[in-house]
Amino acid sequence: MKAHLTRRYMFSAAHRLHSDAMSAEENRSTYGKCNNPYGHGHNYALEVTVSGPVDEHTGMVCNLVDLDEFVQREILERFDHQNMNMLPDFEREVPTTENLCICIYEIVQRGFRPAHLEKVRLEETMMNSFEYAGSAEVRK
Amino acid sequence: MVYLTRKAEFSASHYYHNPEFTPEENRRIFGKCNNPNGHGHNYTLEVTVKGEVDPRSGFVVDLKQLKEILNREVLDALDHRFLNKEVPEFFKQIPTTENIAIAVWQRLSPKLKAAQLHRVRVYETPDLFVDFYGEA
Ligand SMILES: [Zn+2]
Repeated sequence: MKAHLTRRYMFSAAHRLHSDAMSAEENRSTYGKCNNPYGHGHNYALEVTVSGPVDEHTGMVCNLVDLDEFVQREILERFDHQNMNMLPDFEREVPTTENLCICIYEIVQRGFRPAHLEKVRLEETMMNSFEYAGSAEVRK
Repeated sequence: MVYLTRKAEFSASHYYHNPEFTPEENRRIFGKCNNPNGHGHNYTLEVTVKGEVDPRSGFVVDLKQLKEILNREVLDALDHRFLNKEVPEFFKQIPTTENIAIAVWQRLSPKLKAAQLHRVRVYETPDLFVDFYGEA
């Protein structure tokens, strides 16, 4: 039997939305307040969904300890209480929550072995959230 | 196709233990959840059914009936129970969130007539949940 397991994590980080490909006016009209030069921050809620057969000996898709350790080491330590514009991950990309969502998906996809990554969901605020499942459709 | 989700809550206790494992393996794999006296959770259940809207009633499913089936087949059996000792599915299987979602699916899907079961979601805590879509 195949099940999907989702774990939710929190982190806080700063960003400024600004694209070098745009003029100052264009940046302001595109990003509004998010273009303010000193940046601002959010409490992000991250949901990582993995899937796989439920192991008959443990009753689990994967051991939560493994998932928690991986996310702690690879995601939370990288982004929590950081300014994302300063990180190598966003040297060339604007740290929108779209790009952050894709970035987190790719890190988990590359590095996490115990179960298949299904999707990453990221809430920037209580009012907006983003989901990414790589080449697959986001499953509801 | 319209999807309808009904929520419910139940509280139950459980522990994780596989008699085929040594005591050390049980402790290593299951951690605190291996405590044989059990511990409990407030589970939240979301049952999603799908179907076409009946032109006469305007319903995908009669919520009153869905609620009755949910109460009878699932909540009466799980709410305020020690899952390992009182719910037959978990006499042999470990009552993980994964297996609870599968058990809820298997209890509900044969009883639903008009609508088709789409997804069972079980929250063990607000930051941990499992989805089961009936996939083998
Ligand atoms: Zn537990």
